[in-house]
Amino acid sequence: MRMRKSRLILTVVASTVLALAAFATAQKPVAAASPSVEVKIDNFSFTPATITVKAGTQITWTNADDIPHTVVAEDQSFKSKALDTDEKFTFTASKLGTYSYFCSIHPKMTGKVVVE
Amino acid sequence: MPLQKNDAILFDHNHDGIDRRGFLKCMAWAGTGALCVLEGGVLSSYALDDPARIAKAARGELSFVQISDSHMGFNKPANTDVVATLKAAVGKINALPVPPEFILHTGDISHLSRLEEFDTVDQILKSAPTSDIFFVPGEHDVLEDNGKQYLDRYGKDTKGAGWYSFDKKGVHFVGLVNVMNLKAGGMGSLGLEQLEWLEDDVRHLSKSTPVIVFAHMPLWNIYPEWGWGTDDSAQALSYLKRFGSVTVLNGHIHQTMQKVEGNVTFHTATSTAFPQPHPGAAASPGPMKVPAEQLRSLLGVTNVSYVRKHHALALLDSTLE
Repeated sequence: MRMRKSRLILTVVASTVLALAAFATAQKPVAAASPSVEVKIDNFSFTPATITVKAGTQITWTNADDIPHTVVAEDQSFKSKALDTDEKFTFTASKLGTYSYFCSIHPKMTGKVVVE
Repeated sequence: MPLQKNDAILFDHNHDGIDRRGFLKCMAWAGTGALCVLEGGVLSSYALDDPARIAKAARGELSFVQISDSHMGFNKPANTDVVATLKAAVGKINALPVPPEFILHTGDISHLSRLEEFDTVDQILKSAPTSDIFFVPGEHDVLEDNGKQYLDRYGKDTKGAGWYSFDKKGVHFVGLVNVMNLKAGGMGSLGLEQLEWLEDDVRHLSKSTPVIVFAHMPLWNIYPEWGWGTDDSAQALSYLKRFGSVTVLNGHIHQTMQKVEGNVTFHTATSTAFPQPHPGAAASPGPMKVPAEQLRSLLGVTNVSYVRKHHALALLDSTLE
């Protein structure tokens, strides 16, 4: 218990230092605090297939397959280039709503971003 | 593995276009090579260890080769040297007893639609016994710019996204594009404009004209779960119903499969780059890593001969070793 508590305190301290550092360099404390979510592209699927995030969340897709994939919203509100192995695509969800997306190369691959 | 006569009888219990019995049989050919001859709608085949009969069947009036899925630029463990395997495929073509009149490349020429990848393939194909090479794009060839780079290079004298037709010795060839504007949740797609063009393109032909259609993604539903099919292929095939002999040649699935349905023989080719798993045999259709000594037995070229007298089309899949 004690170990955990001290680790928690350390983490909080570390986060505060990082946030302060970000504030000092970028003058944008909001950006440093913005939440982020990862989506893995693996075995021709998006994992998790559906994510629910708060507005302002930064979503990053990473392609772990040996074959290129894309991340394309059906309403075109976001669209990556072809991502080769280990390449990433980032989109910051700002508008509320549900975004269905797919891989335009392998359209059986579908996913959903819900922005609340 | 010689086919029995009744292999041409197809079963489609689930009405999904997949004949599972025939399917398994076909899969057993992959990598072993088989010569298939269609005569009067009946499929017969010869094992590759019967060279005399193969030579006889393969010496048609029109002989051409299909290669596919060279994926130039791919460098992952499934094949770290796709240059060498494409060169081996060209070597195979150069060694054919009857030189092909032309070559069809059924797409995924490149892996990432990069200029230097197309350049490398074009350079290697210069060693082929013919410079008459016809292409259709795979989805890997049109990753950027809506396929503009592909069209600039290979799309001269084509319509729309790169579809076209031509005639060789009385056989009508149609190259279709089913890798553009794919819809979420769907498979390959031809689209209305191309379908209308196809209907018009074959309208003037007599029903005795042999028709050979080639496209990247399969024009029959091999395994929809992996997107191995084309959403509107049934519409395209409906325009070809009145013809006595229709052959459909595809790539995309990196393995040979064959099926006869009515007047249509469907055939998919192996890749020159890397094998992919049999439908449903892996978590995904991604590149299949096999022991190095097995790789070339799963890659290859397809030799096609047409014998006018018998209305027969012979398809010979041979591996790179």
